[in-house]
Amino acid sequence: MRHILSLLLENEAGALSRVAGLFSARGYNIESLTVAPTEDPTLSRMTIVTSGSDEVVEQITKQLNKLIDVVKVFDLHEGHHIERELMLVKVRAEGKDREELKRTSDIFRGRIIDVTDRTYTIELTGPSDKLDAFLEAIDRGLILETVRTGASGIGRGEWILRV
Amino acid sequence: MRLTGAEITIQCLQEEGVEYVFGYPGGAVLHIYDALFNQDKVKHILVRHEQAALHAADAYSRASGRTGVALVTSGPGVTNAVTGIATAYMDSIPMVIISGQVPTPAIGLDAFQEVDTVGITRPCVKHNFLVKQVDELALTIRKAFYVAASGRPGPVLVDIPKDVSQQMAEFAYPRTISMRSYAPVTKGHSGQIKKAVHMLMEARRPMIYAGGGVILGDAAPALTRLVKSLGYPCTNTLMGLGGFPGTDPQFVGMLGMHGTYEANLAMQHCDVLLAVGARFDDRVIGNPQHFYVEGRRIIHVDIDPSSISKRVRVDVPIVGNINDVFDEMQKHIDASTVRPDTEALRDWWHQIGEWRSRDCLRYDASGTIIKPQYVVEKLYEVTGGDAIVTSDVGQHQMWAAQYYKFDKPRRWLNSGGLGTMGFGLPAAMGAQLAHPDATVACVTGEASIQMCIQELSTCKQYHLPVKIINLNNRYLGMVRQWQQILHGNRYSESYMDALPDFVKLAESYGHVGVRVENPADVEPALREAFALKDRVVFMDFMTDQTENVFPMVKAGQGLTEMLLGAEDL
Repeated sequence: MRHILSLLLENEAGALSRVAGLFSARGYNIESLTVAPTEDPTLSRMTIVTSGSDEVVEQITKQLNKLIDVVKVFDLHEGHHIERELMLVKVRAEGKDREELKRTSDIFRGRIIDVTDRTYTIELTGPSDKLDAFLEAIDRGLILETVRTGASGIGRGEWILRV
Repeated sequence: MRLTGAEITIQCLQEEGVEYVFGYPGGAVLHIYDALFNQDKVKHILVRHEQAALHAADAYSRASGRTGVALVTSGPGVTNAVTGIATAYMDSIPMVIISGQVPTPAIGLDAFQEVDTVGITRPCVKHNFLVKQVDELALTIRKAFYVAASGRPGPVLVDIPKDVSQQMAEFAYPRTISMRSYAPVTKGHSGQIKKAVHMLMEARRPMIYAGGGVILGDAAPALTRLVKSLGYPCTNTLMGLGGFPGTDPQFVGMLGMHGTYEANLAMQHCDVLLAVGARFDDRVIGNPQHFYVEGRRIIHVDIDPSSISKRVRVDVPIVGNINDVFDEMQKHIDASTVRPDTEALRDWWHQIGEWRSRDCLRYDASGTIIKPQYVVEKLYEVTGGDAIVTSDVGQHQMWAAQYYKFDKPRRWLNSGGLGTMGFGLPAAMGAQLAHPDATVACVTGEASIQMCIQELSTCKQYHLPVKIINLNNRYLGMVRQWQQILHGNRYSESYMDALPDFVKLAESYGHVGVRVENPADVEPALREAFALKDRVVFMDFMTDQTENVFPMVKAGQGLTEMLLGAEDL
């Protein structure tokens, strides 16, 4: 089952490789990982999308907590949460495809952020499955390049993960 | 007070009350060695290979309960140390390793003797640091000692670039330490403890299974009190030997792959299992599917939450310091109106007695060839069960664990988790330094001892009169045993031709060497050797070449699927 883990960790050299190393050393799945400093520059916020049985995800959470640089770990699947991912897609946009791509992009609330005579570059944000759906909705043969950030997650409502 | 980074490093060690540093100098740590030269509070033990520095510091810690300290140079100094670091990590031994690094401007440029120390050691340390600013050095070392010894202990490495050890900074040793990202739990959950005690009192076939955590947590007295007050059977893992007295009638022996028949059967057939400071690893419970028994309830006390429900799902997890948890448990037990069902307990002990009567450690001592088990039994007698015993890895390790009965903690030092050949001799040195008046015996084999044999020279330099019990069967014994049992007698590369003359070898290092070839000479030779209080004696026992360790559970099989002797092959 897919899980989305939210972490606060010390913003120190090597913290990312400790987390990444843990996943590879113990054979855990890692679908995506995003990380950047928070408003407090001594802390980084990381979102990891992983999958595994409940037992495996419990172990992942415990092992992450055991890392000295990790301040907090929360499995966002335990409560309501929001997740968003950013995708940039460059597509071949010529002839009748140009109008069709514009329409599909609008339906998905995408924005065309760069245009040439032959291409569009579309910016799209949303839950990861919405981005997947967009790629399914357009003609595969027109896709020239996709860049995705991996999901970032946050709890809904008043729930806050902080030190 | 303004000091250089090197002086700060040594000051920090003094502040931590470090008695010995085990190490080997080199380019990147020359400033630190210079600072070491100018003082005499911290004594340095010069080993002959960095792996030995780590093992000696590790065993110093195992024997004394204090944090072991090692000092190595950059590059090959660190890579040589990695085996020792991983050994300590697998057995949760508190250690601080100081390593030199190339100067900060040279990092990443493939400088001479440069290696990514923090990267290379990351998977086998509890934590590590690269100190880039000299003014962070004292706090970093303080943190290293704190992290190493608290919670589930482990090795922590501090990598110090050469320029940092040369730069000056104001020195003040931080008195207190707090880390927002690290706050190990100590006190167990009261509700869970109550539940556990209730479960224990209602048990009809109880079993207590205690591991290395009991030793590390200095909880042997508390465990012993608890087991005695309940009257339940108790087993120890390889790492837990001495956690409960080995000569006590309630002790059913070591469990696991080479555990006793009664310990393994009691583990499988109990209805309530109290696991403490142990982690249900593959060498202890075998196949977890086979280990699972419908209805059996498991209580697990451990300082490390990630050890709980890792291989075996448990019913009552208790995260905490064993002593604290046991104190609280004992209060509930003493106050409890429910007492264990004496009739059920009598039946259970009767059953265990039947299993015990198989006498699974019996071996055929007749004949003219020395049986390795016999040597360990005689060692036990000659030392009055009072020696600190270190071992290497293989058959001799299992025989030492099976036949030397440890009544006290911190007397049995071996590499249980990583299984590092070469551990025994440097470990004996560390133990001897921790306890200068103790009798220290290294039970080893002719293959293992050669992995750190150079340390005979260190023993000479520092007058460490350890006794080496070499069970020489001219085979990589445990490999040979597996090849016999699992690989159709195809002894691939497990025979050693061209062994050295160990007697002459010991003599060339300035020690006493003895070769023993007849069973009748075993005891007199041991007596004579242990009477030489101030000498290293290397005893080369020519033992039965094809003796096997029994009982044996084949890897991946169930705990009760034991081979009890040659007749089961």
